[in-house]
Amino acid sequence: MLVGHQPKEFLLAVEGLTVSFDGFKAVNDLSFYVDENEIRVIIGPNGAGKTTVLDLICGKTKATSGSIQFRGKELTRMKENEIVKTGVGRKFQNPSIYDDLTVFENLEISYPRGRSVFGALTFTRDAAVRDRVHEVAEMIFLKDKLNMSADLLSHGQKQWLEIGMLLIQDPDLLMLDEPVAGMSVSERAKTAELLNRIIKNRSVLVIEHDMKFVEDIAHKVTVLHQGQILSEGTMEKVQNDPKVIEVYLGH
Amino acid sequence: MTENRFFNRSEFIGILLLAVFLVVVLPLTLDVFRLNLVAKYLTYAFVALGLVICWGYGGILSLGQGVFFGLGGYCMAMFLKLEASSVENTKIQSTPGIPDFMDWNQITALPLFWKPFHSLTFTIAAIILVPGIFALIIGTAMFKRRVGGTYFAIITQAVAAILTILIVGQQGYTGGINGMTDLRTLKGWDIRPDHAKIVLYFFEVGCLFACIMIAQFVRHSKLGRILVAMREKEDRVRFSGYSVANFKIFAFCIAAVFAAIGGAMFALNVGFMSPSFVGIVPSIEMVIYTAVGGRLSILGAIYGTLLVNFAKTSLSETFPELWLFGLGGLFIAVVLAFPNGLAGIWSDYVQPRIDRLISSRKPKPEGWTDSSVADGAPAE
Repeated sequence: MLVGHQPKEFLLAVEGLTVSFDGFKAVNDLSFYVDENEIRVIIGPNGAGKTTVLDLICGKTKATSGSIQFRGKELTRMKENEIVKTGVGRKFQNPSIYDDLTVFENLEISYPRGRSVFGALTFTRDAAVRDRVHEVAEMIFLKDKLNMSADLLSHGQKQWLEIGMLLIQDPDLLMLDEPVAGMSVSERAKTAELLNRIIKNRSVLVIEHDMKFVEDIAHKVTVLHQGQILSEGTMEKVQNDPKVIEVYLGH
Repeated sequence: MTENRFFNRSEFIGILLLAVFLVVVLPLTLDVFRLNLVAKYLTYAFVALGLVICWGYGGILSLGQGVFFGLGGYCMAMFLKLEASSVENTKIQSTPGIPDFMDWNQITALPLFWKPFHSLTFTIAAIILVPGIFALIIGTAMFKRRVGGTYFAIITQAVAAILTILIVGQQGYTGGINGMTDLRTLKGWDIRPDHAKIVLYFFEVGCLFACIMIAQFVRHSKLGRILVAMREKEDRVRFSGYSVANFKIFAFCIAAVFAAIGGAMFALNVGFMSPSFVGIVPSIEMVIYTAVGGRLSILGAIYGTLLVNFAKTSLSETFPELWLFGLGGLFIAVVLAFPNGLAGIWSDYVQPRIDRLISSRKPKPEGWTDSSVADGAPAE
């Protein structure tokens, strides 16, 4: 066995990532690294390119140049559904759930089995599926709402449902875009509790504006400004960075 | 309760009622002429059924289902035409043994692509495979490139127009604008007399129920729920690890195959096939049947097809010029006032009254149930 210094394995390594929309560089030569079991929060003013970074990682937007390595696999060349299969889950900014289906069915669709056309035709709702759906529903506080149509849920519950849909996929990297936006104070506290429970054995990349919430959950914070990293480090370090105070926190 | 993969209890009752209506009530009350008209209407019900899966569930509006109806119909008609063009039937032609329209167009030998249609087995396979593969090609070309919505609808319209022009233009190979007429026998069995019409009617109803069962199976599978999910939040489905394009292609192909079976039934029951069932206008009419019946309801689409066609026949007999305006008006009215069609009126207004009647005799526990789209989590 090889003993000695080995390069550290990151879960996610973003290097030199650039995307330009008609000449406008929304993300410009961006590099950052996420460790296993790390909660990384991305903050920054509006238009800093935060959501674009998530879009690039999950394949919704194609990068102009640069690389995104996830467990050594290059994501920039993969299709969206393949990226999901390698273990990346993404929650959208607005709760993105299926209003016409029940809570149970919403969760069931995200269960990682029978994802091909034929697989979906022959999929059976067996005990394993049911148990997992019930387990996740309990975690996201929707245990007694399983048979309810999803459009009857409150805004906060819809956010939880989408987080639940990601949990059932059991991704290694969970990306959340403003998970507590529009939530009441009590819902916010419950969401923080939920996130702290679900980060076990996975890394989480969160975009959030709520500083109190960021302080509660972040291991490390990356501040984006005009598509580039302005500052990176612990919350304390970032909060005391004069550049950050000037462009973002000072307002 | 074990889960049934085809229908729940109320759907079973609905299918049973439709079966009684089509198998018992109509044959007993209608004369052979009218029953044959119903058979003609029901050929469109296959198309409407496909549109429920593709448009209602999958949200993919195809304005070119006439293409697949036509392909299925022409495959069947080619077989029947070849059988009707035996050497002794066509001995007055300059080239006996080929279809009459070829002879009129100075074609002296049967074209190569016609030859396999001497075989009934090949013809049946072609009825399914030709439209299926064609839909697969269109679907792959469009959906893999993320073409959808209005653009997709316009492209299907263009395909319908192109196919019509092609059929009309290639008169020697297709019979042109007149289509393929004078179809006589199926494996020596005359399809024209009254008793044959009755047998063909029941055969068609049998095929329709087979297609209904397939549609029910798809609807109740996870695939059916994925179609609904995709219609609402395509990105969420994509980022849950599904290839959205493949599911759309599947829905489009199944709708195409259903339409093709309907077309083949048309050639058998009505006894001819022509480009007037392929183009833009018939394709849009088929969408109207589905919309009137309810695009989310498998049975609704069948009743809608029957109702609109009955209205069409009786109104066009009385007011030939006004009929098309009536059809257009009906479509606008349904879309504006009852987006879920007849089935929506039934589940919103009629069903609750029936439920109330039943529950006034037997009090039921409070519970939320979804009537139109899905039947929720398993009963436990």
